[in-house]
Amino acid sequence: MTIALATEAPTFDLPGVDGRQHSFGDYADTTALAVVWSCNHCPYVQAWEGRMIELQREFGDGGFGLVAINSNDADAYPEDSFEAMQARAEGQGFNFDYLYDEDQSVLNAYGAERTPEVFLFDGDRRLVYHGAIDDSREEDGVSQQYLRDALAAVLSGQEPPLSETPAVGCTVKWK
Amino acid sequence: MEIEFLFWDGCPSHPEARQLLDDVLAERGLDVAVKVREVYTQAEAEELRFPGSPTIRVDGKDVDPGSASARPALNCRIYRKPDGRPSPVPTREQLEAALS
Repeated sequence: MTIALATEAPTFDLPGVDGRQHSFGDYADTTALAVVWSCNHCPYVQAWEGRMIELQREFGDGGFGLVAINSNDADAYPEDSFEAMQARAEGQGFNFDYLYDEDQSVLNAYGAERTPEVFLFDGDRRLVYHGAIDDSREEDGVSQQYLRDALAAVLSGQEPPLSETPAVGCTVKWK
Repeated sequence: MEIEFLFWDGCPSHPEARQLLDDVLAERGLDVAVKVREVYTQAEAEELRFPGSPTIRVDGKDVDPGSASARPALNCRIYRKPDGRPSPVPTREQLEAALS
């Protein structure tokens, strides 16, 4: 079951594609933290990856952090293996942490259903926005920048203008 | 002409692809019944050589031959736009070429 708005963020401690372990506490210096369910093989994720990189580039020095987590079953979907994640991150030039939730425990704690699917937490680590990155997988068709607007609001001490939108993308691949 | 439209409901792209296919058929004045088949299991995906949803074949030939031999799987299929960007649906140009 997906966590509800205002819920405190479930913590995690997961391996990243950089070969290091990343715990939730590593992001304590961020005022707004986006945890994004992601993967390699989904065309929706691939369509939005560039915008994830751009958000981290634009806001990463201003108190925002973006963390992508792949929980997909890599036995059934080998394109989503840890090794493939490392190759994808390098090939696409990810400037955010890309973590592997192999046992799906973090997926289970958050209740994500799609990739990509955003959970944005404020400085108190309460969920303040959940859903899509924006309203179009086609970059030139975007009219509502949900995540950008939400994180900008959080960084300026405001409530996001929208707190929930439907995440559009592939289903997460449970074991 | 025989058109097959195979999809897996776990991927949300099939209504958009079906609409695009219907639009291209209408533009070309082609009154062809589309054989629609939903794929439910990995075993079916393998039996049907289903590389992802949606998959469209015209007279048995995939509208995107380049990605037709991908591993059969219940997932969203990745198509490529002319500039290389990924898309979960084939391009209008791919459909037009397959129907010409």
